[in-house]
Amino acid sequence: MIFTKAERTGHALIAAAMCAIGLSMVLPIVHVIAQSFSSSVAINTGQVTFWPVGWTTGNYGFILRDPSIWLAFRNSLIVTVPGTLINLAATASLAYPLSRREYLGRKLILLLILITLIFHAPLIPNYLLIKELGLLNTLWALMLPSAISAFNLFVMRSFFMNLPAELMDSGKMDGCGELRLLWHIVLPLSRPAMATMGIIYAVANWNTYSAAVYYINKRTLVPLQVRLREIVFADMFGSSDPNGDLLTQLSPEGVKMAVIVVATVPIMLVYPFLQKHFIQGMLVGSIKS
Amino acid sequence: MASKWEAAEHVPFQFATARQKRAFIRKHALLYIISIPGVLFFLVFKYIPLAGSVIAFQNYNIFRGISGSPWVGLEHFQRMFAYTEFIGILKNTLLIGLYDLLFAFPVPILLALLLNELRVAIFKRIIQTVIYMPHFLSWVIVGGIIVGLLSPTSGFVNHMLKMFGIEPIYFLGEKSYIRSILVGAGVWRDSGWGTIIYLAAIAGINPDLYEAAQIDGASRLRQTFSITVPLILPTITILFLLHIGNFLDFGFERVYVFLNPLNSENGEIIDTYVYRAGLVDRQYSYTTAVGLFKSLVGLALIMIGNALSRRTTGESLY
Repeated sequence: MIFTKAERTGHALIAAAMCAIGLSMVLPIVHVIAQSFSSSVAINTGQVTFWPVGWTTGNYGFILRDPSIWLAFRNSLIVTVPGTLINLAATASLAYPLSRREYLGRKLILLLILITLIFHAPLIPNYLLIKELGLLNTLWALMLPSAISAFNLFVMRSFFMNLPAELMDSGKMDGCGELRLLWHIVLPLSRPAMATMGIIYAVANWNTYSAAVYYINKRTLVPLQVRLREIVFADMFGSSDPNGDLLTQLSPEGVKMAVIVVATVPIMLVYPFLQKHFIQGMLVGSIKS
Repeated sequence: MASKWEAAEHVPFQFATARQKRAFIRKHALLYIISIPGVLFFLVFKYIPLAGSVIAFQNYNIFRGISGSPWVGLEHFQRMFAYTEFIGILKNTLLIGLYDLLFAFPVPILLALLLNELRVAIFKRIIQTVIYMPHFLSWVIVGGIIVGLLSPTSGFVNHMLKMFGIEPIYFLGEKSYIRSILVGAGVWRDSGWGTIIYLAAIAGINPDLYEAAQIDGASRLRQTFSITVPLILPTITILFLLHIGNFLDFGFERVYVFLNPLNSENGEIIDTYVYRAGLVDRQYSYTTAVGLFKSLVGLALIMIGNALSRRTTGESLY
C-alpha cells in the first residue's frame, strides 16, 4: 500500500490520540495504586502522581487488621464462588433444553424471557418478594434473584445450538439416552463456554452492590463493595461510617486507595482470561439473538 | 438449527396422534425436568414482582398484603406529579439521560473508527485491551478512583489546578459538577467496551469496496465517510434505539455511589429516589407507581423510536 504524506501524518495523529486515550484509562488506576503505597505526608502535599512517594505498606497493614474488611471479603467470596456455581448450573440447565427442537413450547418460553429483558418490575415488588421468601438479610438475596441473566442465557443457548449435530447424531445411534447425551457429549464439549460464562458471572457477583444495599441491613453480611463505598466516602459529610475511627489515625486517603486496590485485585487477576474469551462469546450471542 | 436426525425421526408433531405425542414427551422427559428450576426462576423472580406491581394502584399495607389492601386507582400517579420534589427528580433524570445520549453515545463509534485506522496489529490489540478494562470495575471502584482523582486535598486534578494558580475545587461537594461527573465516569468506564460491536460491524464490511474506492482515488478519510459510516449505520441505529429505551434507566449504582446531601439536588434520579422514598421511608405504593411510570415511559420511548426509525431508515428492533 502506498501512503501519501497527508495519510502518514493522519496515521501518526490517530496513533498519538489512541495512545492518549489508552493512557487516560490506565493512569487514574496507576494514581490510585501509587497513593496506596505512599506516606500520608506525601499524599497530602500532593507529591504523589504516578509513583509512590515515601514508600509504605502501612495502609495495607492497616486495612488488613480491620476485622470488618475481612468479614466483607468473606461475604463477597461466598457470593462469588458458590454463587457462580449456582449461576452456571441454573443457566446451563435452562439453556440446554431451550436449544433442543425436542423441547416443545421453547418459543413461548424464549419470548417470556425476552420480555423480562425489556420490562423490569419496580424495586418495591421485588423487595416484597425477597421479604416474603424470607431472604432478607441473608446472602441468598445476593445469589438467587440474579441466578440467571437472560442475556447470558441467550448466549449459552446459541453456543449449545452450534454444537456439531453429527456428534449428537452418533450419540443417539449408539443408544445414548438424554442423560448420557448431556453428560458425555454436551457438557465436555461446553467446557470453554462454561469457563467463560463462569468468569462473567463471577465478575458480576464480585461487583454486586445494589442488591446488597436493598436487601442487606446486617453489618456482618455486607459484601466488600458496600464496605468499600462506606470507607471511600466516609469523611465527605460527617461520619456515615459506623467504624469511622478506622480512618483517623493513618492517612485517610492512603487507606481508601489501598481498599480500592484490594477490591480490584481479583478482577485484575481474571481480566486476561475475560478479555480472551469473552468478546468472542459476546459477539456470537449478540449476532444470534 | 434443522439437523437431519430430528427431522427423520418423527412425523411433524401437529399430525401425531395423542399417544405419539405422549411417547415423544416421555422419551425426552429429562429435557423438561432439567428446565424446571430455570423456568421457575423466571416465574418467581421476574413475573411475580411484575404482577406485584399492582400495589401501585393500592394503598398497600404490609400487614394486610395485596389482597387486603384498599384500591385507590391512579391516586399515587396524580400525587407524583403534584410533588415539586418529584418534578425536580424527573428533570434530573431526563437531563442526565440526555447528556449521556449526547456525549456518551457517539464516543464508542468514534473510538471504533479510530481503532480501525491503526495498522500495527499488536499496538491495536494493546490499546483495545486497555480501553475495555474499566468496564469490569464495579461502579463503587470507579467511584473510588474518581473520588481519589478529584479530592480537594490529595487528588491529581486539584494539584494540576493548583499548578495553574486555581483554587482547589471540592467537585463532589458542589451540585454544579455532579451531572458532568456522572456522564464523564460513564464515558471512562464503558466507551471502550462499546466499541466491540462497532468493530465487529466494521470487520464485516466487504474489503472489495475499499479496494474499489482506492482505485477511484478515495483517501482514507473519504473511505471512512463514504463506506464505513454508511455501512455501520444499521448497527448505530439499533444501538441508538436500545439506548433510548434505557433513557431513564441510568442505573442506581452509578448515581448512588456519588450521591451526597451536597450534590443530590442536581444528582438524584428516579432510581435513587425510589430507593430512598420506598425502602428507607417505606412509601411502598407510591414508589411502585413511580417505578411503573419509569418503565412505561421507557417502553413508550422504545416504541416511538422504533416507529420513527422504521419510517426514516428502514431499520428497526422488531
